Amino acid sequence: MPEVRVRKTLMTVEEIFHEGGPTQEKPLRRAAALAVIRNPFAGRYVEDIAGFMDDLKPLGMEMAKLLVAALGGDSGVVEGYGKGAIVGSAGELEHGALWHVPGGYAMREVLGGAKAIVASTKKVGGPGTRLDVPITHINAAYVRSHFDAMEVGIGDGPRADEMVLALVMTTGARVHARVGGLKASEIKGEDGLR
Amino acid sequence: MKARIRKLATFVEETRSEMGRAIEPPTRRAAAVAVIENPCAGKYVEDLSELMEIGEELGELLTQRAVAALGIAPTAAESYGKAAAVGENGEIEHAAAILHPKLGTPVRRVLGKGAAIIPSSKKRGGMGVALDIPLGHKDAAFVRSHFDGMEVRINDAPRANEILVAVAVTDSGRPLARVGGLTKDKIKGEDGLR
Repeated sequence: MPEVRVRKTLMTVEEIFHEGGPTQEKPLRRAAALAVIRNPFAGRYVEDIAGFMDDLKPLGMEMAKLLVAALGGDSGVVEGYGKGAIVGSAGELEHGALWHVPGGYAMREVLGGAKAIVASTKKVGGPGTRLDVPITHINAAYVRSHFDAMEVGIGDGPRADEMVLALVMTTGARVHARVGGLKASEIKGEDGLR
Repeated sequence: MKARIRKLATFVEETRSEMGRAIEPPTRRAAAVAVIENPCAGKYVEDLSELMEIGEELGELLTQRAVAALGIAPTAAESYGKAAAVGENGEIEHAAAILHPKLGTPVRRVLGKGAAIIPSSKKRGGMGVALDIPLGHKDAAFVRSHFDGMEVRINDAPRANEILVAVAVTDSGRPLARVGGLTKDKIKGEDGLR
């Protein structure tokens, strides 16, 4: 399978102190790692693409580790995650789906075996396209306070023959979460749901 | 601290190749952005000294954060820039008050030097507005390889009564710069120009 050729990376870290309500003593932190890579299948229909998932595994691990480092280096602080892909105009949506396995399993491994499915989204778009990456709790998908999303994108990517791959990690609930539901303190964390 | 900060964000971009040609070492640049309340929003305020003092505080905080995000010694910074976006209930003059009178001194103090003017841009806009931070060499404004710009945006800012303030720092010029002009190894770095 083709080599993974990275043109550019972008790391974004947000610290949210309040959103009109009380200022948090420990601000919510959210980090997004983006990599702009060449899409080896751009410009034509390729039937057999699945092998590229294995090629993407090292990049997934690199990005997951960089996210933990950007959040201070302790994987124990990470409570939410998500992933996404933007495929340039000469590619197909299916190429973005190649990111599910290497992106998701890299984060679970780096986070010590997180249980919940990694929420995801993907689209085809031009340079500067924005993607709202969905975020859920890493061990129990129903934790309502941790449903969130982070908008990501990069001004000059993806070009037509590129893909932007994204991983996101957060350190907690929405900054003024107060709509009830399953709490992070109440989860069993066995089935990935509750 | 005078500034009422709702959110802080950092962005680190690393460009590893362009048009298939490797960039070694990769070019790297970082922007640190604060989302603050605009104390002068919604009314005409003659004396903008409060915003000038906020600019002084943010000059230090944002430069420290940008350098830390790049992971370089402050003295290793090569170019810099600053920018602000005022929400719809503020004036462009509010951005000027933050950026121009007092923000530059702490930027230069953190970086150890900075003989050249800090290039700047400003605008008024709604949430998610893109801010193009101009970049120039920190000791000699005429270094052509370091004329550049970095786009940053935060999807939920600035709200009407907020201001987005950004400082960008790099450890390098443009990727594959090749349009001639003054080069960084030829500068004197005394008058801020050459």
